[in-house]
Amino acid sequence: MSNDPSAVLMKGITKRFSGVVANDGVDFEVKAGEIHALLGENGAGKTTLMNILYGIYRPDAGEIYINGNKVTIHSPRDAIRLGIGMVHQQFRLVQTHTVVENVILGSANGFRFREEEVRKKIEELANRYSLAIKPDARIWQLSAGEQQRVEILKALYRGAKILILDEPTSMLTPMEIEQLLKTLQRMTEDGNTIIFITHKLDEVTAVSHRVTILRQGKVMAVVETNKTDERQLANLMVGREVLFRLEKEPLERQEVRLRVENLTALNDKGLVALRDVSFSVHGREILGIAGVAGNGQRELLEAITGLRPLTGGKVWLGGKDISKASVRERVDLGLSYVPGERMTALVPNMSIAENLILKGYRKEPIAKGFFIDKRQLLQFANQLIREYEIATPGPEKPVKLLSGGNIQRALLARELSSGEGVLVIAYPTSGLDVGAIETVWRILLAQRKEGRAILLVSDDLEEILTLSDRVAVMYNGEIMGIVEASQENLEKIGLMMAGATRIPEEQWV
Amino acid sequence: MKYRVRIERRLDISPSVQIGAVIFSLVCAFVVIALIFYFLGVDPLNAYRRILIGGFGSIYGLSESLTKAIPLLLGGVGLALAFRARVYNIGAEGQILMGAIIGGGIGLALPNLPRGLLLTMMFVGGFLGGAIWGFIPAFLKTRFRVDEVLTSLMLVYVASDLVKYLVYGPWRGPEQRGFPYSSPFSSSAQLPHIGITRIHYPTLIIALIAVVFVYILLQYTKFGYEIRVVGENPSAGRYAGMNVDRVVLFVLILSGGLAGLAGVGEVAGIHARLGPPEGISPGYGFTAIIVAWLARLNPILTILTAFFMGGLLVGGDAIQTALNLPSATIFVFNGVILFFVIAAEWITNYRLSLEEIHD
Repeated sequence: MSNDPSAVLMKGITKRFSGVVANDGVDFEVKAGEIHALLGENGAGKTTLMNILYGIYRPDAGEIYINGNKVTIHSPRDAIRLGIGMVHQQFRLVQTHTVVENVILGSANGFRFREEEVRKKIEELANRYSLAIKPDARIWQLSAGEQQRVEILKALYRGAKILILDEPTSMLTPMEIEQLLKTLQRMTEDGNTIIFITHKLDEVTAVSHRVTILRQGKVMAVVETNKTDERQLANLMVGREVLFRLEKEPLERQEVRLRVENLTALNDKGLVALRDVSFSVHGREILGIAGVAGNGQRELLEAITGLRPLTGGKVWLGGKDISKASVRERVDLGLSYVPGERMTALVPNMSIAENLILKGYRKEPIAKGFFIDKRQLLQFANQLIREYEIATPGPEKPVKLLSGGNIQRALLARELSSGEGVLVIAYPTSGLDVGAIETVWRILLAQRKEGRAILLVSDDLEEILTLSDRVAVMYNGEIMGIVEASQENLEKIGLMMAGATRIPEEQWV
Repeated sequence: MKYRVRIERRLDISPSVQIGAVIFSLVCAFVVIALIFYFLGVDPLNAYRRILIGGFGSIYGLSESLTKAIPLLLGGVGLALAFRARVYNIGAEGQILMGAIIGGGIGLALPNLPRGLLLTMMFVGGFLGGAIWGFIPAFLKTRFRVDEVLTSLMLVYVASDLVKYLVYGPWRGPEQRGFPYSSPFSSSAQLPHIGITRIHYPTLIIALIAVVFVYILLQYTKFGYEIRVVGENPSAGRYAGMNVDRVVLFVLILSGGLAGLAGVGEVAGIHARLGPPEGISPGYGFTAIIVAWLARLNPILTILTAFFMGGLLVGGDAIQTALNLPSATIFVFNGVILFFVIAAEWITNYRLSLEEIHD
């Protein structure tokens, strides 16, 4: 095998985006038949490097060899011809088309669409790699995991031998992740080569043969997975010791600040999304809502914050019934909300300062009658930028220029400065790198200590267990049980997330 | 050595890029229009020279350009506000006509009131007329989620036919010998002019006040902040507890009302009577869309772009007669410019560059 040319060899790849160096002389090699992890923080340049390999970007400098031959890749079409396939983080599927139609999209030759042939080939591929899929299902009917399988099938159907997966596990359930990793192993047994972009260390150690670590656009190291461990990888990735465990000091919880009782609501399609959800959150407490995304979490948060009408039940904020209150009334009562889709709570083209007042613009001292006091606005923004260490050239810069971690800091800064007692926050660290995760966790724990009641929705169990006092598990719109947040309860939580078990309400903590 | 064009998204868009894009789009538009001239058998350079001279080359030309800039400014600044809220009011033309109907109707009904009072009532009435024509699409959008582009545009034809009905029917002046005009306005229903020009300065002053009002509203007030947030990202507006429907209602009513004022200005300042719709407004409401986009939705800049487009209209009139061009020429002009100005939006968001290909 050592004499075989590498499946992929990228030499001295450099890529700049308007002055920012995304890749800086990167050498990257993947051997035929291996699963190679490309590890790095957000913004380390992983996706850029792979987009270059897939022909989406052209490098400013550097050479690419596929199976030993020097190539120029002008477009994804060139990449596909060279046997390279890519599954993007955001799937590129036509929602209203069937699986079969999506698979052949862009690869059909001539006018005729030999559906039977295509279907047979798809089923063959699906069987060989255990990619369970219904060929005639429409994409919108499929879960994220199933859609990903369609993307993989699409790449295989087009003859991909080298498959790039960009953060493939970010939207999957634990069971789907396990299934995916099996599929990948199966594929390499057939001689395929897999490149796996990730920032999750456990996946790297679970599945890859070798790993290349990128940091700030440069290669830090290339190591064989079985000769390293998570601690070393983490150090290489962030360049310093990471505190994976934050100390959550035991605190005496205060009175109930947020309570929901028998909450029911519909989802966007008009189906029941919440079924009799009840729980309460105290001051000085973090209640974690664990669960696989899409089990009613978004609807729950929108029902609490007033963005979604209730079909039944009640919401109390600090003893006040707000079930019928408008979003604005809830904001003015001090309810803070950081949604999972952060950009829905920001105006990307407006300045950081103007984004920081999205909740406070109505009130003194920023509001003066009908007007907004620009001096107060800047002063307020500068104060928050300092206090929350938001890295920006200035408060007047558009918020879209901030990195993911700084966007989250800005959101937290705004919500914590305007709210008064209750914070509702979803997926607070999704897509963030290790350094930013630590910051966000520290902020949340500090807020807990100061007496805030925090409702935390996350699908990351490590996050839930690190931060929460109690954990409520959501499955199919219901609370399956509420337990103490402890390692001992991990298995119970996992089973409840899968809908396999339920704790009777009398036993909830 | 081969080259290829590369397209990249710009993140931080500087003012120089914005200005450059507008100028570039105008140059492109003028090149295309030059080709049209060429195929019509007209020397493009000569045509442009005459347009420039016609619109900006004499005191008379300048005064006429300013006259035409008045309705364009009133319409354009209102549309700039609406477009900032991402509310696509395409129906300023109809709103101008409704302003003309109500304002003109008041002038015809109460000819003997004192001038100041009558003109004030006409402007207020005209504003309301345009505002109602803006309110209808706003109501349909906020209540039934009907697209305002369609409804506001369709209402142009309703307003136009309403004007026709009135001037051919009940409002036709008995002394007009069958022509579709109302009786002339009494002198107290007519706006004063600057000297011998046709510049009806009260409307111009109202327009400039409207510009300042819209500018301050957008930049310095809470409600203006809401308009900008809702326009840029409606979900962030709802998230912050803003009333998105209120913003839609407000910008459609205000932009309609401002267009309505323009209609009053035209009938009370230029024609001194009501006539066929194309006489009251030869497409000012549509040209106002260009005025707003050319100013990149900046209310202050609409002063410049309204005057510029006014000049083009005057220059266009001049060449139609001098070079014997079809009267639709000016609409072709407008269409081509709008096309490129909107294309400039794309240019400002993306960067094109040449790169070498090494093979």
